[in-house]
Amino acid sequence: MITIRDVEHVALLARLELNEEEKKTYARQLNAILEYAGMLNELDTADVPPTAHVLPLQNVFREDRVGAHMPPEEVLANAPEREDRYFKVPKIM
Amino acid sequence: MELHYLSAHELHGMLVKKEISAAEICADVFQRIDRTEERIKAFVTLTREEALARAREVDKKIAAGEEIHPLAGIPVAVKDNMCTRGVRTTCSSKILSNFIPPYNATVVEKLMQADAVMVGKTNLDEFAMGSSTENSGFFTTANPWDTERVPGGSSGGSAAAVAAGEAVLALGSDTGGSIRQPAALCGVVGLKPTYGAVSRYGLVAFASSLDQIGPFTRDVEDCARLFNAICGHDPLDSTSAPGKQPDYTGFLTDDIKGLKIGVPAEYMGEGIDPAVKEVIGRAMKQLAALGVEIEETSLPHSRYALPTYYLIAPAEASSNLARYDGVRYGYRAEDAADVVDMFMKTRSRGFGTEVKRRIMLGTYALSAGYYDAYYLKALKVRTLIKQDFDRAFERFDALLSPTAPSPAFKRGEKTDDPLQMYMSDICTLAVNLAGVPGISLPAGFVDGLPVGMQLIGKPFGEGTLLRLAYAFEQHTDHKSRRPAL
Repeated sequence: MITIRDVEHVALLARLELNEEEKKTYARQLNAILEYAGMLNELDTADVPPTAHVLPLQNVFREDRVGAHMPPEEVLANAPEREDRYFKVPKIM
Repeated sequence: MELHYLSAHELHGMLVKKEISAAEICADVFQRIDRTEERIKAFVTLTREEALARAREVDKKIAAGEEIHPLAGIPVAVKDNMCTRGVRTTCSSKILSNFIPPYNATVVEKLMQADAVMVGKTNLDEFAMGSSTENSGFFTTANPWDTERVPGGSSGGSAAAVAAGEAVLALGSDTGGSIRQPAALCGVVGLKPTYGAVSRYGLVAFASSLDQIGPFTRDVEDCARLFNAICGHDPLDSTSAPGKQPDYTGFLTDDIKGLKIGVPAEYMGEGIDPAVKEVIGRAMKQLAALGVEIEETSLPHSRYALPTYYLIAPAEASSNLARYDGVRYGYRAEDAADVVDMFMKTRSRGFGTEVKRRIMLGTYALSAGYYDAYYLKALKVRTLIKQDFDRAFERFDALLSPTAPSPAFKRGEKTDDPLQMYMSDICTLAVNLAGVPGISLPAGFVDGLPVGMQLIGKPFGEGTLLRLAYAFEQHTDHKSRRPAL
């Protein structure tokens, strides 16, 4: 059972700020969805390997070679705020 | 002449014979957009000037006697979650409403190399999370067959644009049904390729182990042509399948005698509208008359696909969407006290309700203490679901089902209950979990609304799907019906 406190904890982990109304709604809806997901426990999966990915690909390497790179001006073009060749953010400490 | 309702292969023939010009095709499509877009609202951004300029380039090539690509001069719409250099790419989200990508997605690059003409970027459920486009951060797209109804989603804008003649072809993306379900609801052809068949480079990630890009077209031949143009290995996508893919137009033969199709009982049971079942039943008879052997079969873990999907997809999404923090691009909240406050305010104001719901669900499923119970459990059940398909494909060349449980529903009908909305994808979700290809094609109508039939294939079995779909299409006339707009 997900409580309002759980919702607050998860919201903090996800860097989301929720108002009281949203907390209540998400608590109710997440409980409904997770209760529904509880049906997976009908299945015994003790000996079943997990599938994170369907392709039998592992460790795809490329040659260690210098390629084409985006000019810094293009990289910074979408920055909400910048200074010289840096992204600028509000104070951290 | 209504050029906008001709197929890409018909238009190509006319271009090569110099009966029309690419500029005329382009002008005709934009004229159509001017007439219908106010009611359909398929596009977030239109690229009229660029499109006309590109069309004129194609005409120059033709005039110079150059050989042109089958998609040269053909108007294409692109879902707004694929990066287009210099053209706003929003994912229909406020958080990306001002984002102008400095690069093209590989599929967009391939379209450019083919000299296709991009007419605009289409609306979607925010970050492709939804089944109706009602979750778009901007507006809802209307279904061309009945503008009171939804076009499906999340690629609703692409599906509606093709159905309304506002584009000849379109690209969409499919994580749990987001190409096939809107294709079904809008009466067009939509293909979700095998995982890894089409590069995801430049596709804004939703659930990376499930996402695939694929075509929307009005007939199967166009589907094969557009798929030809976008598929293939890409070194920029580490999950791109190695190896060369065949020319898919080679599969478009009328002979499907002896092919074996299984119909999973679970996809024809509870939750499927009886009128939809009737249409699919008729389609099965038509295929049987063409010499296909049809037999009932079972995918025993089908009922677990929905809960499995709604743990895995949000888990991957919560991780993928962590990058939207207001630092490097997109929306940033201005009134923050410090950097963490800026992250929180930016994300809370930038994301819509459904996106936040899925981030919350995914973060919870991945958090300490719940990882094994939810996420790992879901990955294990995913194995069982995949094994169901492996077993079925030992006996069958393809599987057949309805694409969606009902025809297009009305706006607002399912917005209050997330689980009810998630049910729209019960026939399509498992296909993404298993990574196999699926195609939806028009199979008939119920009360004037199109119904889609889904064919599911073996990994890299798109050829067989196109072959079956093509033969079915040749012997029915659903594709010639147009919405009254």
